[in-house]
Amino acid sequence: MTSLDATNERLRALCDAAEISGARDEAPLGALRSAGREAFRTTGLPHTKLEEWRYTHLAPLSNLTLELPIAEAPVDRALVEALATPVFACGLAVFANGRPRNELFGLPTGDVELLPLSAGSPVLGSLVDVKLHPFAALNAALLDDGVIVRIPAGAQVEHPIHLVFVSSSPQASLISSPRVVIEAGAGSHAIVVQDHVSVAGGRPHVTNAVTEVRVGENAHLELAVLQREDDSDIHIANLAVHLERDSRFASHVVTLGGRLIRNDLTAVLAGAGADCTMHGLYVGTGERLIDNHTLVDHAVPNGTSRELYKGILADDSRGVFRGRVVVRPDAQKTDASQQNPNLLLSDGTEIDTKPQLEIYADDVKCSHGSAIGRIDEEALFYLRARGIGAREARALLTRGFAAEILAALPGQPLGEALTADFVARFATGAEQ
Amino acid sequence: MTQSTQTEIELLAEKEYEYGFVTDVEQERIPKGLSEETVRLISAKKEEPEWLLEWRLKAYRRFLQMLAEENEPTWANVTFPKIDYQDMYYYAAPKPRDELESLDDVDPEIRATYDKLGIPLAEQERLAGVKIAVDAVFDSVSVATTYKAELEKQGIIFGSFSEAVKQHPELIRKYLGSVVPYSDNFYAALNSAVFSDGSFAYVPKGVRCPMELSTYFRINAQETGQFERTLIIAEEGAYVSYLEGCTAPMRDENQLHAAVVELVALDDAEIKYSTVQNWYPGDKDGKGGIYNFVTKRGACRGRRSKISWTQVETGSAITWKYPSCILQGDDSVGEFYSVALTNNMQQADTGTKMIHIGKNTKSTIISKGISAGRGQQSYRGLVRIGPKAHGARNYSQCDSLLLGDQCGAHTFPYLEVKNASSTVEHEATTSKIGEDQLFYCMQRGLSEEDAISMIVNGFCREVLRELPMEFAVEAQKLLGISLEGAVG
Repeated sequence: MTSLDATNERLRALCDAAEISGARDEAPLGALRSAGREAFRTTGLPHTKLEEWRYTHLAPLSNLTLELPIAEAPVDRALVEALATPVFACGLAVFANGRPRNELFGLPTGDVELLPLSAGSPVLGSLVDVKLHPFAALNAALLDDGVIVRIPAGAQVEHPIHLVFVSSSPQASLISSPRVVIEAGAGSHAIVVQDHVSVAGGRPHVTNAVTEVRVGENAHLELAVLQREDDSDIHIANLAVHLERDSRFASHVVTLGGRLIRNDLTAVLAGAGADCTMHGLYVGTGERLIDNHTLVDHAVPNGTSRELYKGILADDSRGVFRGRVVVRPDAQKTDASQQNPNLLLSDGTEIDTKPQLEIYADDVKCSHGSAIGRIDEEALFYLRARGIGAREARALLTRGFAAEILAALPGQPLGEALTADFVARFATGAEQ
Repeated sequence: MTQSTQTEIELLAEKEYEYGFVTDVEQERIPKGLSEETVRLISAKKEEPEWLLEWRLKAYRRFLQMLAEENEPTWANVTFPKIDYQDMYYYAAPKPRDELESLDDVDPEIRATYDKLGIPLAEQERLAGVKIAVDAVFDSVSVATTYKAELEKQGIIFGSFSEAVKQHPELIRKYLGSVVPYSDNFYAALNSAVFSDGSFAYVPKGVRCPMELSTYFRINAQETGQFERTLIIAEEGAYVSYLEGCTAPMRDENQLHAAVVELVALDDAEIKYSTVQNWYPGDKDGKGGIYNFVTKRGACRGRRSKISWTQVETGSAITWKYPSCILQGDDSVGEFYSVALTNNMQQADTGTKMIHIGKNTKSTIISKGISAGRGQQSYRGLVRIGPKAHGARNYSQCDSLLLGDQCGAHTFPYLEVKNASSTVEHEATTSKIGEDQLFYCMQRGLSEEDAISMIVNGFCREVLRELPMEFAVEAQKLLGISLEGAVG
């Protein structure tokens, strides 16, 4: 039996355990949980023979003996403040090992409602097909609770809504299954930050998150996903977005920590005139493997999408990027672009990138580009000729490469905080 | 888009295949179906040595195994009904007359066919005054090779594969399967088992081949698969430019063409391989046409060697073809230039692989796709930079032009980089003819037809200019039939 088989056995056992202890198995979560269990029992974990997973080996995951997070994790306000990215004046919601900690929720959230999953949402379970995504199936099967972020129609939410996910595996490796639903009502405007951090020490933690987002007509939603966990942690995320007519959505996925990170981001432009921006920055140090899979699905005419994923890889880290842009037969006047530049800083790194265009309509403007290279020697020379040391010059240029994504983060404090984190991690983690 | 543009495009979509005639020659065929017996029979007909038969049989067993395991490749972005490998003739040859003494002995019917295709076999007829040595392959066998004597003076061997097996077995044995092993893939295994002929070229050390070498492939017989095998070897410092062209009659059933091409370039050698592929594409509703499932690969074994693939793909119902370069020698160079046109119900899944192994290896990929009617087209490419390929460099550009709202254009590039000192760039665009470009040209006094012609011409130019002069004429004529002619 391979270690992947053993992990499958283990995870199926956890699914059974979750089923037995499923006191909360009433509607609307019961159906979702059982669909997840069913799907995961059939498919199990994905392997590298599947095209979607060909570059991503799950060895770091299958080496762990996973447990469900039964006990309450010791998380208090002081710990959250120490770990979370400082986002000033925001609505705060804290989740420990995926479970909401209501006593740590903070105001102001304005008109925004933060509800438990049991409150029900038409979006919940509607955007991610558990049959197609094994990890989403596992998330549903092991689902404990999560949050519904309901932004009422027309609301202009001034402060970002800050969702902090603290993971902690003090004794055994735990698998947490956070679930977030965001309903952005028609004409609303809001910023949501998903901040994933972990308590230092202990065993590697596995976060297997699913986020479903519906952006209503004319609404504008900015979503930042920050992955800043411990270097031994594993983070699997599935983020699905549904854009309605004339809506705007921008995602900012910044990966700075973790051992194995896999992000599946799908945006369906389901209403005419929708505008989707996907920004990503992945920074690899040590042995980190970061895999970003994105899909922009232009289902109707007049959609615009802009995608920019930047990678910086150092030490023995690996990056995987697969960006699919699909333009359906009726989606005329689509304007789609996708860019994936990568900076390789040391010889042990590897990048596998696969930008992909599938165009079934003729009146479109679509482009994609991918570039892989090292720091420009001429730029380096320019800086050194002006008296800047080699190490510092490299750091400056690397930071400059990342700045395009960091500067575009919604809210100035967030950008500054992330830049500081980026610089700090890089100074210690990467050999320059 | 204005009315007249619309009409041009419709015109293009309705253009008929002009090489669809059948030649009536006496055929010699092995009974339908694939078995060990078929393989042995082909080998016996070719009077092959024992080791080659053994090799064929190994390939045949591998193919059977793959067939049993259902290893038929399904990853390409094409759809077609399952092929029945028993319902096909694996060997068809024009009935041999007595040993051919000179070109005059070639069956007049076959000569007429080639004349009709614009390939004069007679040596005195020279294309535009330029010498080209032509090897003509009719169904499964090579029927004639021109300029042989002149080439031999320089030590260049050029002719049919089966002849080479008899006359230069040491070369064949050394290089056959060394670039594309029989177990490489499903169709390569099938080809290795049943290949009937093909072309062989060998250019000795330091020789620059004085003329273009060319093979013209023609499928004539019904229900026949064509499986040819081409092997080109350029010794140290040698240079050779090789051209191939292909046509087939119009038939209602689909025919399989599964060829294998192997190129070997040693130190400082250069091979330029150009293809104008115009197999019968099937009719407007997708009935008939050739399945063109081809494995082409070149190995840049030596330092500073270079292999360049240029292809103009306008024919075939389905094209499945990825001419590749293995850049093994330090400073070696691989190039891939492609124009692919899909019209009506045609499907093409084509591209290249550039495998960088040696230091400072360079590769360039320029792929232009034109999709019209209900044609579906995919670029699928792999650029792999190995951990030891320091300073490797790749540039890829894949552009697609869409004509009509029912066609599709897709891009599937894979970039795998394991060396930080390398630079890899990939760019792709998909659009229809730019309204603003049209406007710009017309504003300067060009008619709309001229403007479209100019834009399409410009779109493909980067690739067409890579073709040898004599061949560019044919390629442009071909594209002209479907595009430039229609708009200009």
